[in-house]
Amino acid sequence: MIDRDQVLHVARLARLRLTDEEVDRMAGELSSILDHVERIEELDLEGVPATTHVIEVGNALRADEPRPSLPRDVVLAAAPATQDGGFLVPSPQAG
Amino acid sequence: MSSLTDLSAAAAAAAVNSGEIDAGELFEAYRERAAADDLNAFLWVAESPASPSDGPLGGVPLAVKDLFCTEGVPSQSGSKILEGYRPPYTATVVEQLARAGAPLLGKTNQDEFAMGSSNENSAFGPVLNPWDRSRVPGGSSGGSAAAVAAGLAPWALGTDTGGSIRQPAALCGIVGLKPTYGSVSRYGMIAFASSLDQAGPFGRDVTDVALLYRHMTGAPDPLDSTSVGHQHEIALPTAERLDGIRLGVPEELSGEGIEEGVLARFRETLALAESLGATVQPCRLPHAPHALSAYYLLAPAEASSNLARYDGVRYGLRKTDPAQPDDLLSMYTSTRHDGFGDEVKRRILIGTYALSSGYYDAYYGRAQQVRTKISEDFAAAFADVDLIVTPTTPSVAFELGAKTADPLEMYLNDFCTVPMSLAGIPALSIPCGLSEGLPVGLQLCGPAFSESRMLDAAYALEQAIGFQRTIPEAS
Repeated sequence: MIDRDQVLHVARLARLRLTDEEVDRMAGELSSILDHVERIEELDLEGVPATTHVIEVGNALRADEPRPSLPRDVVLAAAPATQDGGFLVPSPQAG
Repeated sequence: MSSLTDLSAAAAAAAVNSGEIDAGELFEAYRERAAADDLNAFLWVAESPASPSDGPLGGVPLAVKDLFCTEGVPSQSGSKILEGYRPPYTATVVEQLARAGAPLLGKTNQDEFAMGSSNENSAFGPVLNPWDRSRVPGGSSGGSAAAVAAGLAPWALGTDTGGSIRQPAALCGIVGLKPTYGSVSRYGMIAFASSLDQAGPFGRDVTDVALLYRHMTGAPDPLDSTSVGHQHEIALPTAERLDGIRLGVPEELSGEGIEEGVLARFRETLALAESLGATVQPCRLPHAPHALSAYYLLAPAEASSNLARYDGVRYGLRKTDPAQPDDLLSMYTSTRHDGFGDEVKRRILIGTYALSSGYYDAYYGRAQQVRTKISEDFAAAFADVDLIVTPTTPSVAFELGAKTADPLEMYLNDFCTVPMSLAGIPALSIPCGLSEGLPVGLQLCGPAFSESRMLDAAYALEQAIGFQRTIPEAS
């Protein structure tokens, strides 16, 4: 079960605004999904290591050498707003 | 006289390379078909080939799922939050195939951020199944599958996280391969769940899929630290028989929950395999019934992290809250509210919940342990059998709208495909007949890096099945 307050808490963590209608609907839908996935609680997993990577690989290390990256103007071209060679955003101090 | 677009991709490549047909005419024939697409399979179609036709793939054009970054060409991952986004670079695998002689034909529709099993979660509208336009093509790579099935493209790229190549291949009556995790570079693929995402080919037949995959893998990509490539070149399939091949049938994925018409085709195909010399024997995957649960914790958890980058700052949509136009936090939350669709929001919320303080061990940690058990199940099974076979999907293509009201019911479509994704092993779907006039898929899977062997077995079965793509011409 997941209630309205938990949905709102998680939405805040995820930087996601939800309308009241969405909060109610998500609480119901997420609860039924969680009821299903919680079946893994039935399994005895004592001492089972967690998978961190499916294919056995050693450390993939490369020489730490500088190489060109995308030009600044090319990267900035896709941005919604720019100023002085940087991304322009509303002030984090406001509100 | 058959038209250029009737040729298989491998036959067309051979015909270009021997000078029998012209690569430019071939491209134009497909471009016209793709531009006249009435399945909503394409989101963008190229005007002309952007890369040369010399190379083993002979200029045979390639349809590419929207989520692969293609320089200067819309790459939106089916999402409003990336509407119109034209990236400044191209995904390694798309570049590799262009170099091998497969120029970009167009970008194909998909479920938003590859989250879905019906293509109904696309911000750009659903794709229609060419076999029956009132039905879904499957997802998330639904546009690529529908385009190949309808002959709008000779072959296509998709991605598979929990079944997103195999399930639409099955529902559209074509061949789709999810390769071993790490064998194809993920660089330039717009990420969904990084420990599971893998690019793979769609084709009309097994040979086309083998040929395309051969040029997708190879050496590890220095731009993707999880890429390992393939030690051996992928062989083009030639097998006519299955003598000595042991096929395992896991009871957990071949009975309960699968509709009768699908099971009937599955059993007939097993009998056919025996007639080709294979041994068919039961095997066990005891943890497979828990795979879906583990998957729907792990994939959303990774997605919630990967999708944190869509914040209206560097690219894509930006929305401000009219009540607080100068506030950064409300810009983030408004952008994400307006830019993401319902399924993406659901998965971000589940994933954030599963990773949040106090729940991490019970959800994410446990799901990673289940993943280990599933890998162990496969390893134990492959001690006694060479390949495992199951139906690809529990049902044939369903009606548009039939499962949109219940997210959990939609998730159950991935029941047979998710275990292989969690184990990182290769799996493919081939058409094995019709039920209710709609295609049924057979799934084969094998140990990591066994693609050549799997493709060979699939080829022998394909010849024996003799599946006919008798779909109405897309006009």
